[in-house]
Amino acid sequence: MLREANRYDYLPLIDRPQIRWPNSARVAFWVGPNIEFYELNPPDGQGRPIWPRPYPDVLNYSLRDYGNRSGVWRVMEALERVGVRASVSLNAAMCDHMPDIVEECVKLKWELFSHGIYNTRLIYGLSEDEIRQVIRDSVETIKKYSGRNVDGWLAPAISSTETFLDLLPEFGIKYTIDMAPDDQPVPIKVRRGRLIAVPYSTEINDIRVMGVRGYSADQWAAMVKASFDQLYEEGQHNGMVACLPLHPFVVGQPHRIAALHDVLKHVTSHADVWLATAGEIADWYLQHHYDEAVGHRPSERAVRQ
Amino acid sequence: MTSPRLTYPLRRRGLDHNWFSHEPTIKRPRVSWPDGKAIALWITVPVEFFPLDAPAQPFRPLGGLMLGYPDLWNSSSRDYGARIGIYRIIRVLDSFKLRATAAVNAAAVEKYPRAIDEMAVRRWEFVANGLDMGHVHHGGLGIEDERDLIRQARDAVSEVAGGQVHGWHSPARSNSQNTLMLLAEQGFAYVTDWANDDMPYTVTTPAGQLCAMPLTYEWSDRNLLVQHNLTVEEYEAQVMLAFHRLHDEARQYGSGRILSLSVSPWILGYPHRIKALERVLTRISEVGSVWHATGIQITDTFKAQIAHS
Repeated sequence: MLREANRYDYLPLIDRPQIRWPNSARVAFWVGPNIEFYELNPPDGQGRPIWPRPYPDVLNYSLRDYGNRSGVWRVMEALERVGVRASVSLNAAMCDHMPDIVEECVKLKWELFSHGIYNTRLIYGLSEDEIRQVIRDSVETIKKYSGRNVDGWLAPAISSTETFLDLLPEFGIKYTIDMAPDDQPVPIKVRRGRLIAVPYSTEINDIRVMGVRGYSADQWAAMVKASFDQLYEEGQHNGMVACLPLHPFVVGQPHRIAALHDVLKHVTSHADVWLATAGEIADWYLQHHYDEAVGHRPSERAVRQ
Repeated sequence: MTSPRLTYPLRRRGLDHNWFSHEPTIKRPRVSWPDGKAIALWITVPVEFFPLDAPAQPFRPLGGLMLGYPDLWNSSSRDYGARIGIYRIIRVLDSFKLRATAAVNAAAVEKYPRAIDEMAVRRWEFVANGLDMGHVHHGGLGIEDERDLIRQARDAVSEVAGGQVHGWHSPARSNSQNTLMLLAEQGFAYVTDWANDDMPYTVTTPAGQLCAMPLTYEWSDRNLLVQHNLTVEEYEAQVMLAFHRLHDEARQYGSGRILSLSVSPWILGYPHRIKALERVLTRISEVGSVWHATGIQITDTFKAQIAHS
């Protein structure tokens, strides 16, 4: 077992190159709805049970399916109203099961990145070749249905292996959101090619805050706004990334959706915000900032006598 | 023969161990802080490293990696504290001219050198905080292994503290039967693991004495914000209630009291929470009768007065 992942260098906030976003924006803001398919009867042997109750776990299955029947359409409306294009963490099997949702995402010019095949297929314990099959399948399926390349990856249910990150660049993947060490993109060390981590947050993630912790939608909105305000303040010195991770089955509930409108109104009322997709952030960073970050050496002060 | 479940060999006046006696806070000798201040404000910043291969046994500390191996998500989220969160906290403490007491895992010295340097430059106090969050001290640990763990942790932190390490904090505040004795043996002046008082008290071990310092558990960010999932507004309210009550008691009993704040880079250092620290410190500083102190300053002041009482 590894003591640490060793995927990035220690780059402290006060000793790192400056990021400049397009039009000198302070914050690059992206919205990441997880559009997911959970199988009613997923296979066993995945390292942990998938459903908390005996199969078929009708309650938990249907709570999630609510996102696809009702919630996601409310989320689409909210984002369209403020002109924000989302970056979807998409289980590729959604293309087969519910192409209507995928088509709507394409129509809205949302970005689609890979969230594996199903959210009920974890990657723990898979061989590298098995993981390659999963990545290839997801990338090809999404491309077939959307006509667009897939630039990013998030493993289903943030499952992982020691080496899956090394395999992503083989399929043209530029960014991962499987790690959250920073409020700026982070170069990730891989065997071959380039890969970066684009910031994502479980801290303000709707599923954790409202689904698990039981905050009200208003409390969640206050938290998200406070987070954005802090990053906006700091972004005048060094460009930051604010991510809003969403689960339509959580935030898309009728008692919560107003809080999403509220948050989006707050963010889009600021002048120096770049409303971007995760892929646009990755492209900008790779083009303008990646080399400088990789080449950065700690300043003298950090070298102990 | 009587069942061991019905025999009570330590049923006696006082406690069921010999580390310290039962002495209620309000009945102990008065302590006065410099300039007659009512409250010693003691800010502790844990600087922690959570290894990917941390064992699930005997238990995982709060913040320990709970997903399947390798839990990249949570290990990188704890790194967030050292890359970003700690610098937000330093900025806030600087703005109030506050020196904190950093409880540093040995592994953090090696992995987060700039953060440690920034604390050293500000003359923060360094407290040894075990090897890392994968090495908790517990009853199943052999005495030699534990002696060695403590020595390694002390030496690593001592190197950056100019040899001045007086305090000890056990990862997750977990001890073995031997921890207190081993700490006294290795010359520590104080320990911050026990949560049973508002004020310092003396601990006696076969290897000598220690001062038990009242590091807050109840209104620490990890208890309120992580363990109990409260909002930052609720956190602020609870901290302020503690502050005002202790401040009143300082007047009532004519003795200084301590407000301990435990501020974790991977908890309060997130952008949605950092302003709460600013607001709490603003409200505390408006009250006035506050002595900004590090752990060893409080310990030394306490010990000097107890010796003369």
